[in-house]
Amino acid sequence: MSAKEYRTARSARGGLLVVEKAPGIAFGDRVLIRDHRGRKRNGLVIRSAGNSTLIQVYEGTDDLDLESTWVRFLDQPLEISLSPELLGRIFNGIGDARDGRPPIVSSIRRNINGSAINPAARTYPRKFIQTGISAIDGLNSLVRGQKLPLFSGSGLPHNRLTAQIVRQARLVDEESSFSIVFAAMGVSHSDARFFEEDFASSGVLGNVVMFINLADDPPVERLAVPRVALTAAEYLAFDQDRHVLVILTDMTNYAEALREVATAKGDVPSRKGYPGYLYSDMAEIYERSGRIRDRHGSITLLPVVSMPSDDITHPIPDLTGYITEGQIVLSRELHNQGIYPPVHISPSLSRLMKDGIGRDDTRSDHPSVASQLYALYARALETRNLASIVGADELSGQDRRYLEFAEKFDRYFVGQGEDEDRSIIETLNLAWDLLSMFPKQALTRISETDIAKYHHSGKD
Amino acid sequence: MNENTGRGIIREINGPIVTIRLPGVRSGEQVRIGEMGLVGEAIALIGEDAVVQVYESTEGVRPGEPVERLGWPLSVELGPGLLGGIFDGVQRPLEEIYLNSGDHIPRGVVLPALNREKIWHFVPSPECTSGSELAAGAVLGSVRETERIEHRILLPPERHGTLLELAPEGDYRLEDPIGRIRGADGRSHKLKLYHRWPVRNPRPYRRRDNSIVPLITGQRIIDTFFPLIKGGKAAVPGPFGAGKTVVQHQIARWSNADIVIFVGCGERGNELADVLETFPQLLDPLTGRSLMERTLLVANTSNMPVVAREASIYVGLTMAEYYRDQGYDVVMLADSTSRWAEALREVSGRLGQMPVEDGYPAYLASRLAAVYERAGRVETQSGDKGSVTLIGTVSPPGGDFSEPVTAHTKEIIQTYWALSKELADARHYPAIDWVSSFSGHIGVAAEWWHEKVGKKWEQRRAKALALLSRDAELSRIVNLVGPEALSGAQRWELEGAALIKEGVLQQSALDPIDTFSSPEKQYLLLKMMLTIYQKGADLIELGVPVQELRELPMLDKAKRAKQLFNSEQTEKLIELNEEFIQEFEDVRIEYAKFKEHGK
Ligand SMILES: Nc1ncnc2c1ncn2[C@@H]1O[C@H](COP(=O)(O)OP(=O)(O)O)[C@@H](O)[C@H]1O
Ligand SMILES: [Mg+2]
Repeated sequence: MSAKEYRTARSARGGLLVVEKAPGIAFGDRVLIRDHRGRKRNGLVIRSAGNSTLIQVYEGTDDLDLESTWVRFLDQPLEISLSPELLGRIFNGIGDARDGRPPIVSSIRRNINGSAINPAARTYPRKFIQTGISAIDGLNSLVRGQKLPLFSGSGLPHNRLTAQIVRQARLVDEESSFSIVFAAMGVSHSDARFFEEDFASSGVLGNVVMFINLADDPPVERLAVPRVALTAAEYLAFDQDRHVLVILTDMTNYAEALREVATAKGDVPSRKGYPGYLYSDMAEIYERSGRIRDRHGSITLLPVVSMPSDDITHPIPDLTGYITEGQIVLSRELHNQGIYPPVHISPSLSRLMKDGIGRDDTRSDHPSVASQLYALYARALETRNLASIVGADELSGQDRRYLEFAEKFDRYFVGQGEDEDRSIIETLNLAWDLLSMFPKQALTRISETDIAKYHHSGKD
Repeated sequence: MNENTGRGIIREINGPIVTIRLPGVRSGEQVRIGEMGLVGEAIALIGEDAVVQVYESTEGVRPGEPVERLGWPLSVELGPGLLGGIFDGVQRPLEEIYLNSGDHIPRGVVLPALNREKIWHFVPSPECTSGSELAAGAVLGSVRETERIEHRILLPPERHGTLLELAPEGDYRLEDPIGRIRGADGRSHKLKLYHRWPVRNPRPYRRRDNSIVPLITGQRIIDTFFPLIKGGKAAVPGPFGAGKTVVQHQIARWSNADIVIFVGCGERGNELADVLETFPQLLDPLTGRSLMERTLLVANTSNMPVVAREASIYVGLTMAEYYRDQGYDVVMLADSTSRWAEALREVSGRLGQMPVEDGYPAYLASRLAAVYERAGRVETQSGDKGSVTLIGTVSPPGGDFSEPVTAHTKEIIQTYWALSKELADARHYPAIDWVSSFSGHIGVAAEWWHEKVGKKWEQRRAKALALLSRDAELSRIVNLVGPEALSGAQRWELEGAALIKEGVLQQSALDPIDTFSSPEKQYLLLKMMLTIYQKGADLIELGVPVQELRELPMLDKAKRAKQLFNSEQTEKLIELNEEFIQEFEDVRIEYAKFKEHGK
């Protein structure tokens, strides 16, 4: 490792450092910075010209005395060490141990940026992952290799829901190894503690790798967190044959850090001040999920995106939705009614659901039950709307049945306990309890055989 | 470093934009960058420096590393072996790259698009004899590229002259000479089974051709309501999850095109994997052959380098034009043109060009128009007819159709399938909104339908649309004052609209029967729904209470007909229609009796 060291830092602002007279520095090179107190900081070269090199400093550039700042170019990109020992460990955003235990020692080190999966190397995601949550499993099923974000808002229980998913998620048919990579960006100390304690007390911690960047850690470090986490996930999935569920929370904090750095660099802003490349940047992260030909493992990605002012058209959820394979949307209205998890199914969608459910994966009636529940619920919401105009008393008997359905659907199907782990069969049976409120011929999306088999009036 | 050596050095690296000093380099020329040999394109000359956009990640590249001129603009290989393949945004073969390099795409790989080892059986055209004068684009002969596609070997568009020699029928590899021609320059040129063409130049043709027919897609709301023609330009705007990609995949599957080129531009890798896994198994309803035999893919997924995303559209279009020039009807699907526009924006931003709207450069509209202009039906250089139909998706930020890419595209295209979030949320698929969608080809399509399928196409289409717009009006009233305010006839109109929506417009791409609907089936389904509506309206006129009609089981049965009978079973649909008419007749008689007794 040729370690050229310079003391020619010229300016520092907003997490960016300019170093002069450092010729021939590689773009993307990793940088070690020693400040006047001798403390180390990490950086990355984001623009390189003969006379000036621009460095993004992960720990930020606050409080740097340029005169006595030493900059060393390491001649290598930012890498992390990988081994099966990752499981059960807690790291910071750039992969240094945070749990007081020794660093991972391994001959396998990989660039955190990864490189694009060849589309011809992919295999299409298939096979159901059970989260034990009816609104997800029944209506928006998660499939191995899928990227399915959770759209939430401040004050909504996405932390409790992700923790529940981490505790409950499993593959139904096989005992193959299933692991979790959990990456937190800009979370509060109390949230970080909540997750750690929850994983520890439920006994899953040994199967989880955590990367934690706290709210008071430097924002620039947030840019590395998902990349570090996914590098670990790729190793566990494609070297170690594990099915890995990656949770990234909260991508909104990530995107805000990106905007901060972009603004400091002077990049042309597009919507709401976010750089035009926000889409590609997030895609580089999200597209690292998937399955690969001839590999046994898979990476399933569940990013949490909190929607600023609950606005789903805000660039962060919007661009996320354009990249991911569906979305699970939480609703403040349901939350205020005391329904947990407050999943609003109308805007929620799992695009890959059809490939992970049905006879071979869950049960043969699953696809049509889901489609029927969606149709009935859409109609029920219209009726609810109407009832709010003309009053429920004015409604026909048929319409009142829809109202009652919506009510029960929200309470008993979507709503469930935080410790309630429902199997997919329980979820489907629950669905039939609701469907049986309607006469058989109203269930136009379900085949006559399934109706005969599962409709309650068909059984007696 | 001088003009003759064609070599220079790197001065600055700023992401995909690299500034070099390379004397003599031309704008648009390909250059090789750095020790890794990354390929890029010179896009601007500024004083002594040139600005290069690099198709691959520049991580690890340093100022001072060498650069080299390649002497040609971005071009693609055109010859047999393209079909069934998947290429990246600059036409590198991704399957071969996978076999050579594994799961991830390495940088600096140089692999030709077309397999050099493969042997093709060439049959020369009988009229191509030594000494004959050949015009540019002449058909030299053909090879069978796939079971269904005869690949015509063309004289490159800029070549013409006297044929000196043409190889006899036999087996050849791509690099084997198959003939010689004396060009206008008096020199002799070797001919091969393939040639190259620069992607940013549209391939020439004799003239635009106006004999137009609809492209049949098997999708009812498209063919029956908002038809597209062969050689047409269409856009599919919609927020995420509304169904843009499904619309395109459905067209790739079921349309009556000869060749389909799908360009995955800045979208998901899994969507390409989906095509690669399912198409070989799917059979074309027209020929019964595997769909992959007519399909080729260009992939620059959202995680692949942005600069190659900009190129991918041109790479796809050039291959489309090449098959058009062989006399085929080609459909090119670009998903998504917004990502292409964003790639343009990113490069222009890095060049410090003045942004005009939402950060896009001023030339966005003209570039978009130039891309769509490459669609069309033409008389080819060799006198044949061929077409390129271009269908682009648009991904407006926040689903706001007034944003620049959607707005400019709308000005350019003739067929517009606007996807609505409301419909998609209600799981009404395809979520093509019949109010804001349009087609400029109703007249042309009507001629075709009236001749091939039935005389009442245009009339029924208009009736259905009228019913749908009544539905919107009446629903507004219901939402204001409740359903009690409507008369029986008006409530029946709502039922009629529901029949159109559920029985005709909604079409599941996932249902094995419903996924494709022949024109005959489309025609009969629409007829059935309108018949039910009309018969019911007549009875209401006679005084039959609407509630009685709404409870008729035939309504649900009619809505299910699309899934019960496939495109071959048209006689079943006709029978069902008769059955329904009979049922109405029974209701009428029953009611007449009832009235009689009542008196
Ligand atoms: N015609 C259709 N039939 C059935 N499902 C559909 C149809 N169109 C869209 N969908 C559903 O909508 C989802 C999103 O569609 P997609 O085309 O991927 O959206 P977009 O490209 O607009 O983001 C699909 O995964 C599928 O579940
Ligand atoms: Mg899409």
